[in-house]
Amino acid sequence: MSGTFDLRRLLRRDSSVLQLLLLTAAIFAAMSALNPEKFLRAYNFQSLTFLAPELGLLAVAMMLAMLTGGIDLSVIGIANLSGILAGLFFHAVGAPRGPALMHLPLLPVAAGIAIALAAGALAGALNGLLIARLRITPILATIGTGQVYVGLALVLTGGPAIVGFPALWDAIGNATLFGIALPLLLFLLVGAGVATALSRTALGVELFLIGTSAKAAAFAGIRLGRAIFLSYVATGVLASLAGILLSARTNAAKSDYGTSYLLQAVLIAVLGGTNPAGGQATVIGVAIALAALMLLSSGFQLMRFSNFLVDFIWGAFLLIVIAINALRNRAR
Amino acid sequence: MTAPAVLRRSEAVVFLVIVAAMLAIGAINPAFWQLGNLFSLLRSNVITGIMALGVLTVMISGGIDVSFPAFAMTAMYLTLRWMLAGGHGGVAVPFAMATAIGIALGALNAFFVHSVRMIPLIVTLGTAALARGFLLGVVGTSNINIDRMPPQLIGFAGTELLATTGPGGAHIGLTAMLPIYLGLALAVHLLLRHTMLGRAVFALGGDREAARRAGFDLARTTYFVYGLAGGLAGFAGLLHVSMIWLANPHDLAGMELDVIAAVVLGGASIFGGRGSVVGTMLGVFMLVMVNNSLIIMHISTTWQRVVVGVIIIAATALTALRDRRRAG
Amino acid sequence: MPPFLELRHVGKSFAGVRALDNVSLAIDAGALHCLAGENGSGKSTLIKIISGVTQPDQGEILFGGQPQRALSPARAIARGVQVIFQDFALFGNLTVAENLALSSELRDGRRLVNWRRVRAVAAEAVARLGVELDLDADVERLPTSGRQLVAIARALMSDARLLIMDEPTTALTRREVETLFRIVRDIRARGIAVLFVSHKMREMLEISERITVLRNGRVAAAGATADFDEAAITRAMTGQEIAATPYRWQGQAGVPRLDVRGLAVPGRFAPIDLAVQPGEIVGIAGLLGSGRTDVALSLFGMHPSYQGRIAIDGAERRIASVPEAIACGIAYVPEDRLTEGLFATQSIARNLLAGSLGRFTRAGLLDLVRAGAAARAMVQSLQIATPTAERPVMELSGGNQQRVVLGRWLLTEARLLVLNGPTVGVDVGSKSGIHRTLRALAMERGLAILMISDDGPELVQNCNRILVMHRGRMVDELAGEAMTEAALAERLRGLS
Repeated sequence: MSGTFDLRRLLRRDSSVLQLLLLTAAIFAAMSALNPEKFLRAYNFQSLTFLAPELGLLAVAMMLAMLTGGIDLSVIGIANLSGILAGLFFHAVGAPRGPALMHLPLLPVAAGIAIALAAGALAGALNGLLIARLRITPILATIGTGQVYVGLALVLTGGPAIVGFPALWDAIGNATLFGIALPLLLFLLVGAGVATALSRTALGVELFLIGTSAKAAAFAGIRLGRAIFLSYVATGVLASLAGILLSARTNAAKSDYGTSYLLQAVLIAVLGGTNPAGGQATVIGVAIALAALMLLSSGFQLMRFSNFLVDFIWGAFLLIVIAINALRNRAR
Repeated sequence: MTAPAVLRRSEAVVFLVIVAAMLAIGAINPAFWQLGNLFSLLRSNVITGIMALGVLTVMISGGIDVSFPAFAMTAMYLTLRWMLAGGHGGVAVPFAMATAIGIALGALNAFFVHSVRMIPLIVTLGTAALARGFLLGVVGTSNINIDRMPPQLIGFAGTELLATTGPGGAHIGLTAMLPIYLGLALAVHLLLRHTMLGRAVFALGGDREAARRAGFDLARTTYFVYGLAGGLAGFAGLLHVSMIWLANPHDLAGMELDVIAAVVLGGASIFGGRGSVVGTMLGVFMLVMVNNSLIIMHISTTWQRVVVGVIIIAATALTALRDRRRAG
Repeated sequence: MPPFLELRHVGKSFAGVRALDNVSLAIDAGALHCLAGENGSGKSTLIKIISGVTQPDQGEILFGGQPQRALSPARAIARGVQVIFQDFALFGNLTVAENLALSSELRDGRRLVNWRRVRAVAAEAVARLGVELDLDADVERLPTSGRQLVAIARALMSDARLLIMDEPTTALTRREVETLFRIVRDIRARGIAVLFVSHKMREMLEISERITVLRNGRVAAAGATADFDEAAITRAMTGQEIAATPYRWQGQAGVPRLDVRGLAVPGRFAPIDLAVQPGEIVGIAGLLGSGRTDVALSLFGMHPSYQGRIAIDGAERRIASVPEAIACGIAYVPEDRLTEGLFATQSIARNLLAGSLGRFTRAGLLDLVRAGAAARAMVQSLQIATPTAERPVMELSGGNQQRVVLGRWLLTEARLLVLNGPTVGVDVGSKSGIHRTLRALAMERGLAILMISDDGPELVQNCNRILVMHRGRMVDELAGEAMTEAALAERLRGLS
């Protein structure tokens, strides 16, 4: 528990980070070799910096749920519901379309952000309540709430997408600051925040301990219910943040956007060294895994692979990584 | 607890809830009790029910499977494309083929669960993406419509047990697929209850280490469990498109959640070792009935998922409370 | 006639560590033999060798005088060796009948289950044992003693010649132990040998005909039970005489650290009064199920619906949760260290800090420098043997792990320490070290200690008085000259 950040120590302690970095480098090299012209273009990486953060936030959210041995299958529902609520709010205070919506001033847009984040917190709180207080298994609880959140999104929109968001809102997903994509900055900021919270607050360390042994945590005087509840609230807020980025980037919100993100978020979290049984997770690992998989899928997309095939590759990647890790553990 | 033993069984509770719900729905709209509605309700049980039998078996063994809708669609679509490409007809061969594809995919799950010892949820999320990605990315994304669907399949799935004419001259029939579902359910029940393989599934879900020490073949049991789930899914996938005359490879997405909910509703434990075919059939019936009756109850279908979600939450919350009382 | 089973000069090493060294042992057909030893003395390795799970590096195994080459589990079972492990390896979700019949069905290579046959087979097995068991009950609903009977019945179904029971009395009440002993004698009468593996001297003396004591992988003593007494077994097990200097509390009775009036948890224990002065070490003896653990748990906030009053240093406190107990200065070292006490894969530092994270938080952030320093200081002052506090706690030995749990509570500045089985699973050397630490904490820092233990000598040696609990009541108190091992054993023997 030293306060100073020491990369060498991090690498030594957690060989999976090093392994991930090597993997990322290998993917980068392979994709560069396969698409020498297109892959290495700055534009390609730039577009990734807008695209990856929303998935990254979902993966960090999933990591938080997995840290205590749980899982959150409702993150996509939360993300879409948050975007839809904000969109409906803008359509109500501005107009359904046209300049009145486009040029909505800062204050209502900020209110929209607050609404989206509050929705995420509330949805996460419901998950937390069911899991921490009623002690429903996280899989089942979030399957149920996921249906409710998607269902509410469906009820609110009637099915079709909410199209048209204020320009300020869209900027969150499309603008750059100091030449860096705003979504990426947001992701880095939030990632650093979560990493700090996990290693440098009592609650964060408690989550690791609970994930390692809930029973021992109870005997150590850790307020299990409170900690687990708060971790699901945080998961919900992160999911709604992803929903904000998604709707801002696409200028639309719909009840079934990003459904393939669920698997990808799980995959990135697991690949990033998170133990689905709890007690082990790092934000840096998740961030590197995100980079690796985004490079992989963008490379294949440049080779004109369809999105479906990229899904196939992601699934295969997950299974192969699992198998390799299992073999390595067995060899030890 | 002083309730009689029968009432302590979760099957009995679900059954009573179903009866109460039927009475309530019938009170809101008497059209619920019309023969046509009841027949279509039973018809809607078939596909979900067959898939639920596989999920039940997986869950008793202590696992979980979210890959079966993807497997169902992969098996269905590959079979149909093969039939269309080669001009193959028939009923038995296509269904055997779809089942076999499902079994093969299920074996992939079993491999990762047993040999690699990875958490089943993560494994089946991965194989689901693999199967869907392969299906849509390699095989194709286009629908096979009624005009191209093999007529023998449609004919088979359209068989009716009994038919009558309802008020206004509408045709009312009870699908002959129902006995197929009931037959499969009976088979799975007998298998789980009266064969050593079935007891091995319960033993594995009850205590993996004790099962190993008692001499059960855990590999065989795991392959059986996931193979059965895959095979039933493949079979149900082809039956599904034959019954609706449309093969859409995107179909059934998200269905895994409904089926798992139905199985849990029917009293199976997500921690393994507990569950019954009768309970699962009741759970399926409950969920299908609620889904189908929203219109009858004049509730917009957009509310469907909310209602299903609330039912899942309520059922799991009650189970959690019961288990806690039992433990405490 | 050659003995049923004979081990000759058996040795076994794991990764260079000698687990068994030149062990010889003979068990006659129909004999009641006890294998005694502390944890880590090699008992479990010996069981594994007899049951064919591991192969010895040296020596030979003979069944009926015939040497066995490469004994496998299957061949050991074929020879009639059956082991009942502490966890019984039963299926909680299946009925008693099925648990009993499954193995034989499996062995007969059956594919179909005939429920009538299952019931008949099970009924016969239960009848042979001469006990009553509800064949249709789920095993998880049975008490521990019932589950043990199922395990015994199952073991006897397969033509057993030697039944090995690993710590069979650990979770049983006295009456249940007597039932077990009656059954064991019945079994013996049928010519089946029983090897009792235990560290409870009283029971060994009561049941066995021969005793073999292991210490550090070697036979420390062996012979007819009649030639042993408790002191002799203890000497052989620990390799040392019990120190004859009991803990003397020199303090003055003032405001008690802990003052309990009419504390009760209905259904668990009846109202008790109890006062502990700072610096006192008070023992609680009693059989399993006597309510002693529940007393500890209610002091630690884990029975929030307790009745009665608890006062700490003269101030009455309501303790409805663990954090509240910790805030009152109460600490609890649980019985099952591995599942209740430790976070196995986490670092020693995190394990030490688990109870005091709030103390090291400034403005919402953990002060990692101060927390790390405190953890390192604790490692040093408790002499936890590790190069760095960053190592996973599971790499430590049992004794060092127990120090980590102890250190966690010292970091919370606990004033009352409740210990449940303070040296269970701790090797002899560390045991006296932990005792020294506890005595020093009481003596020098004025810590009040409540010590629950199965280990009579441990209580007599370290407590200034001992309370005896039985069936949820405080039935006795020993102090001063009256507090001897013999007296304590006498009191416990009188309970049933």
